[in-house]
Amino acid sequence: MSQQKEWPLWEVFIRSKQGLDHKHVGSLHAADAEMAIQNARDVYTRRMEGVSIWVVESKHIHASNPDEAEAFFDPANDKVYRHPTFYEVPAEIKNM
Amino acid sequence: MELAHTTNTAAQNYSPELRELLFQYTLQLADTSLILGHRLSEWCGHGPILEQDLAMANISLDLLGETRSLYQYAAELEGQGRTEDDLAYLREAVEYRNPLLVEQPNGDFADTILRQFLFDGFHYLLLKKLQNCSDQRLAAIATKSFKEASYHLKWSSEWVIRLGDGTEESKRRIEKALDRLWRYSGELFQMTPVEQELHKAGFLPDYAQLKQQWDEHVAKVFAEATLEVPQNVFMQLGGKTGMHTEHLGYLLAELQYLQRAYPGLEW
Amino acid sequence: METIVEKSLEEQFEAKIANEIRIEPKDWMPEQYRKTLIRQISQHAHSEIVGMLPEGNWITRAPSLKRKAILLSKVQDEAGHGLYLYSAAETLGASRDQMIADLHSGKAKYSSIFNYPTLSWADIGAIGWLVDGAAIMNQVPLCRTSYGPYARAMVRVCKEESFHQRQGFEIMMTLCNGAPAQKKMAQEAFNRWWWPTLMMFGPKDDESPNTEQSMRWKIKRFTNDELRQRFVDMMVPQAEFLGLTVPDPDLKWNEAKNGYDFGEVNWEEFWNVVKGNGPCNKDRIQTRVKAHEEGAWVREAALAHAQKRSQREAANQAK
Repeated sequence: MSQQKEWPLWEVFIRSKQGLDHKHVGSLHAADAEMAIQNARDVYTRRMEGVSIWVVESKHIHASNPDEAEAFFDPANDKVYRHPTFYEVPAEIKNM
Repeated sequence: MELAHTTNTAAQNYSPELRELLFQYTLQLADTSLILGHRLSEWCGHGPILEQDLAMANISLDLLGETRSLYQYAAELEGQGRTEDDLAYLREAVEYRNPLLVEQPNGDFADTILRQFLFDGFHYLLLKKLQNCSDQRLAAIATKSFKEASYHLKWSSEWVIRLGDGTEESKRRIEKALDRLWRYSGELFQMTPVEQELHKAGFLPDYAQLKQQWDEHVAKVFAEATLEVPQNVFMQLGGKTGMHTEHLGYLLAELQYLQRAYPGLEW
Repeated sequence: METIVEKSLEEQFEAKIANEIRIEPKDWMPEQYRKTLIRQISQHAHSEIVGMLPEGNWITRAPSLKRKAILLSKVQDEAGHGLYLYSAAETLGASRDQMIADLHSGKAKYSSIFNYPTLSWADIGAIGWLVDGAAIMNQVPLCRTSYGPYARAMVRVCKEESFHQRQGFEIMMTLCNGAPAQKKMAQEAFNRWWWPTLMMFGPKDDESPNTEQSMRWKIKRFTNDELRQRFVDMMVPQAEFLGLTVPDPDLKWNEAKNGYDFGEVNWEEFWNVVKGNGPCNKDRIQTRVKAHEEGAWVREAALAHAQKRSQREAANQAK
């Protein structure tokens, strides 16, 4: 028998109901995209967890580097003026 | 034992003859789903890959759900106080009305896929029509099961294509399965006297028409799978009238073991 | 230079653990942490997969259509749980093929409980009630385990397993309220499964080599003996409710510790089963190997077809 090769790994994203984002739920193996979607349906929606499925082969995911997390994300820390609570609204103004 | 009550007002207006026909037919559908669901459940824990183990269990669970609704309705039509479990667990092989195809052993994955594919095409087309059946209960059951059968057919069709147009070995195996199982496909469309009567009474579609659509689907899938549609094969009949292959007896011995060993108990 | 970097990484890692911040796949982690996790998660996954067999054994013989559907969906859930766990281990760089190969060669372990046979229908009740009960005690704390993907997989597993123990208890209750033959069946199954279930929590704390480090890294949250005690305290009243006798002459309520004293587990049997000498060790692995080997041509065919298809699509686009 020829050298066994594993089916590729796929990441699965599920929209749990209309109006919500697709959310990463886990991964699985499948030979092709069609099968990956069906497997995702059989594996991750056995209890009505979803109305829509996305799959993407894991090797196509590019991630930020955790070693650079500080350089990436800390600079957003001091941009308090980006948040509405930074601004004072006079008490007389009820809605803004 | 609790007396079965009927919630189907239409069924109460049926003549005793019609009621009996519908009982027989509902039983045939229930037996068919049960036996195929049972066969698929034998795969649980033994599938070729985890993901497909889950897929087969899902199909089996769909079929078992359909089975229960059908037996419950059959029991009501009969009106003798029998339950779904009495009908499943306390009838002999010769009383079972499933077609021969679904009782065939799992064999290898190619056998299982092909058995499923041949049945799914029929099941899908039949349920599609039964959704509009003038019997409300059958129509309701068909409406629910049709969605499931649509998925089953997609799943098994794709696998036939993968195995036919996969490796040399998979092709050899699916051709062997075809050689073994094709001869049981004709029975699905061969109307029994019960089915003919119900067709005349307007409850069932014309099976010849279903067969034509089935042929088209099979031809399309086989073309993609690079498989030849077998020609001039002698068709084995009999399951739907109680003449089964020897496989059914063993299946039932296992299925019915506890109910037979300890009669009349609750589990 | 490198050792200084290494050290600060380790400090950062330890700080995360101390502050209950989850470790994620690409984060730096000590090699031993990674190894411990792969070992534990894959062992857990294998237990789910091998655990399908003793119960799967009764799917075709379930005594009613309702029980058949429940049992099939439960065993199917276990396949799903195995899959979630293999996926979690794969985020650490382990391949599923390699993990499965390790299971088949005997290098990787799985829970010894599944090396006992299911001899009657009552065993299905006993497994759900006792074995899943014990599994839940082990698993609930794992929802807070320090490695993110493992914790998330366990949240899903625990959510889905909540019906497993109940269906087992319901089977036991039906049998215990049934005919004398059924009650007898239930008691015999209870006798067979009680002690092996207590073994599920693992060796005694002073003989468990991995516990200390795993507790420090918050992979494990309670010791084996703590969980075992809790389990006994929870199950004894349930057995009394069912009218079943706990097969332990030394079982006695201890007011001072507000828990039960109970007899010594047969550790010789425990180690024997771990070493492969349980009643079903050989059968279980043979069954898994057979399924995997007989499935090889299916997996190859699907890959071959996928390749042909994508080549055809590429050729069509080039036209």
